[in-house]
Amino acid sequence: MSDLTRMTAAQLAGLIAGGETSAVEVARAHLDRIAAVDDRVHAFLHVDAEGALEAARAVDARRAAGEELGPLAGVPVGVKDVVTTRGVPTTAGSKILEGWRPPYDATIVERLRAAGTVMLGKTNMDEFAMGSSTEYSAYGPTNNPWDLGRIPGGSGGGSAAALAAYEAPLTIGTDTGGSIRQPGAVTGTVGAKPTYGGTSRYGLIAFSSSLDTPGPCARTVEDAALLHAVIAGHDPRDSTSIPAPVPPVVEAARLGATGDLTGVKLGLVTQFAGEGAEPGVMAAFRDAVDALTKLGAEIVEVSCPNFEYALPAYYLIAPSECSSNLARFDGVRFGLRVGDDGAKSLEEVMSITRDAGFGPEVKRRIMLGTYALSSGYYDAYYGQAQKVRTLITRDFTAAFEQVDALISPTTPFVAFPFGARTSDPYQMYLADLYTIPTNLYGGPAISVPCGLSEGLPVGLQVMAPTMADDRMYRVASALESAVGTLTPPAL
Amino acid sequence: MSTTALPTYDDVVERYEPVIGLETHVELGTNTKMFCACPTGFGAEPNTQVCPVCLGLPGSLPVANRAAIEATIRIGLALNCSIAEWCRFARKNYFYPDMPKNFQTSQYDEPLCFDGWLDVEVDGEMVRIGIERVHLEEDTGKTLHVGGATGRIHGATESLVDYNRAGIPLVEIVTKPIPGTGAKAPVVARAYVTELRDVIRSLGVSDVRMEQGSLRCDVNTSLNLPGEDWGTRTETKNVNSLRSVERAVRSEILRQAAVLDSGGRIVQETRHFHEDTGDTTSGRSKETATDYRYFPEPDLVPIAPDPAWVAELKSALPELPRVHRTRLQERWGLTDLDMQSVVNAGAVELIEETVAAGATPAGARKWWLGELARRANETGVELAAVGATPAHVAELQRLVDEGKLNDKLARTVLEGVVAGEGTPSEIMAARGLEVVSDTGALTAAVDEAIAANPAIADKVRDGKVAAAGALVGAVMKTTRGQADAKTVRELILARLGVQG
Ligand SMILES: [Zn+2]
Repeated sequence: MSDLTRMTAAQLAGLIAGGETSAVEVARAHLDRIAAVDDRVHAFLHVDAEGALEAARAVDARRAAGEELGPLAGVPVGVKDVVTTRGVPTTAGSKILEGWRPPYDATIVERLRAAGTVMLGKTNMDEFAMGSSTEYSAYGPTNNPWDLGRIPGGSGGGSAAALAAYEAPLTIGTDTGGSIRQPGAVTGTVGAKPTYGGTSRYGLIAFSSSLDTPGPCARTVEDAALLHAVIAGHDPRDSTSIPAPVPPVVEAARLGATGDLTGVKLGLVTQFAGEGAEPGVMAAFRDAVDALTKLGAEIVEVSCPNFEYALPAYYLIAPSECSSNLARFDGVRFGLRVGDDGAKSLEEVMSITRDAGFGPEVKRRIMLGTYALSSGYYDAYYGQAQKVRTLITRDFTAAFEQVDALISPTTPFVAFPFGARTSDPYQMYLADLYTIPTNLYGGPAISVPCGLSEGLPVGLQVMAPTMADDRMYRVASALESAVGTLTPPAL
Repeated sequence: MSTTALPTYDDVVERYEPVIGLETHVELGTNTKMFCACPTGFGAEPNTQVCPVCLGLPGSLPVANRAAIEATIRIGLALNCSIAEWCRFARKNYFYPDMPKNFQTSQYDEPLCFDGWLDVEVDGEMVRIGIERVHLEEDTGKTLHVGGATGRIHGATESLVDYNRAGIPLVEIVTKPIPGTGAKAPVVARAYVTELRDVIRSLGVSDVRMEQGSLRCDVNTSLNLPGEDWGTRTETKNVNSLRSVERAVRSEILRQAAVLDSGGRIVQETRHFHEDTGDTTSGRSKETATDYRYFPEPDLVPIAPDPAWVAELKSALPELPRVHRTRLQERWGLTDLDMQSVVNAGAVELIEETVAAGATPAGARKWWLGELARRANETGVELAAVGATPAHVAELQRLVDEGKLNDKLARTVLEGVVAGEGTPSEIMAARGLEVVSDTGALTAAVDEAIAANPAIADKVRDGKVAAAGALVGAVMKTTRGQADAKTVRELILARLGVQG
């Protein structure tokens, strides 16, 4: 048997269903790979080998009993550490949750288990999903398998690096401003942010409730779609979940793989025309646009004038919501408690705990959000940002009257060296320049590898209308069929 | 600075005009909490009615309880409010350990119901109380601070939190400022809360029990000189009975007048009411108030009640208690004064239910306002909690009407009911209290009495019928009061050959 860790999820599921390998063998291969490389990559915060093997044995038993298995049964998956997993440590990359074992599974984790996937463990991330490099993980950064001295993107750098390092064929990410797509782009993998409300947030530790969206990460578009189909769909426990059928994402990915985009109209956002992007990124992107044209797509330019206000609006809305969402981490009911020596007041213990438990970026955003929501400033900051959000939504709506989908580079730059952008928060925030508008709008977007710049991966982003997730899979899959997947150098 | 004695209440309301306002919190009686499926029963072991959502565990999300939204809309409609076509929940952010998320999911500038009124009767006159808003929020947990002198968080060595109450749906009803009630301000406040309680009880959406905290009241009070702007108001919290509502307003009017008389100024603050002394003491000052940083709750979709549904709820509202009372008064044939005593005793519904269970209005009223009211008074409980139910009382009255109990025996049986010994029939049987109506046994007792009192018997035979009373008394004595006196008398007369 050739190396199981190099296979796609679709191939692995086929081999397991056909009895050519077992779920246990597949799980062991991936656990072995993690054991071999993760001290260098640091994609995982917690590996649940026992849980994984138990789940794998259950799948093998079901197959032996002649039960019909789902399309991803027996396939290993890594879960971003911001998603609750019953009895398995969940820290959100923060010291404040060190050692916390949630008493419940997130809805998407329940669905992963029900589908027979095998959870390998929890992947590294920037603390509370705030960051674009995993340098803000309280447990140390993840290293990019393409160059261990460079960032793997963030906040979901662990989920993306695990794929690029062949530690897992599938991972779960969450995307608030680009945390699935930007890591996908800089690690040469595929990352999809579904329509907001298309995947349940129940059990996703909230950063910014109106933006957070869990989604699939994989090495191929089809695999991402297969994972998307498993985790998506209405959840009565999330009141913002959309009560509608899941768009036919797997079918769309397979249709796209035929390489025919005849009749598909794609828009290039005028405001994203290269400003601030590295020349190598723009060159790879332009080559990809040419490839899409050859596949039959019609390319037009579309103006979205309010996109330039997306970044400032985002950095008011997301911190505002986070300042409230993170208030519950006070040492009273769960997680870290510092300073409770019997002499200090409750308020002091709360304050000391939060000071010790939160890292610098989280504190920065809590302060920013607390300020933006303050009486007297609310209208000027939070209120104004909400208006910008409405305008950005209008830009998208108008654009989708002209084109089927919008395309752009996923992020302005390739993986940068550690420390390059930590001294100036704004330089870090620019990593999400192209991904943030979609979050403010709520539509789906996917990042797919489109080439290399200076030997490092570049991603192309496809943005589609809300609940037209299938459309982005078709375009991404077609591009993948033209440019192929990217293989990182051996570790 | 004046050194004269404290002014009297009458003197104060001659010189100052009070303006009051009331904020009332009502815990809804829904089966489940506001944002999760946990049960809401009162009195369970601490932290047994909790889940990830009402504990605010990371990752958990709220889902609004439709029954609570419906109940709130019905309260709003009963208070003549407009119902929002579209509104949102808001987060009220502040740190306190009884709030699992360190924010309360409430409503801010988009209340579900707004701009209504409630008419209340005070001394035979109607006062219309404006309703500013009715909104829906979640209750907090309960904190017990151990080791401090005050029972407050400051100085406590340990704080215990019970989250059973956290997330129970809470409706807040805020009045518009109520000026112009003068000396009657305390009575108006009490009448409003009483009427509000009755309205909510008639809707069946809460048990509105002040002593259990399912109805809680904050009272705002300010004073101004005639013709001048309204004064600075204080908010008195912890007002937990109808009587306290009245006392709190009165006490705060007196306190503020004393401050103003001495040239001081009223500080905008929260004050705590003390049941024992009837006084208020200063709480936290609102001048350094927390900024709650309200913003729309992003975890919940907006509420957009279908107008057709609202219309349906409106048409299905029960009769208002005031209207209902007028109708009952007519049906029961009571004078205004009689009805007032029924209302004051809190016996309207009890009598209504007793009549529904088969008793006559007069019979029902007799027991509830007599024996049972006395008993409730003695033991200091509400009439409804005295231990007897309308079904008990109806059954008791039926036994009397059937001649199985006389008045004296019925009182004894009722004592047993209140003591929890069972139903009237069960107690009557268990204690052998039934009227002796078996004529065989009675005849024997009568013959015995006649034989024992030959002189009296002769008088009766001679036509001195009134003398039979002594024989009746003798028979009643031997039957330990369980005979029907009228029957005994008839038997004696028959035995002695005299026509009654
Ligand atoms: Zn609960």
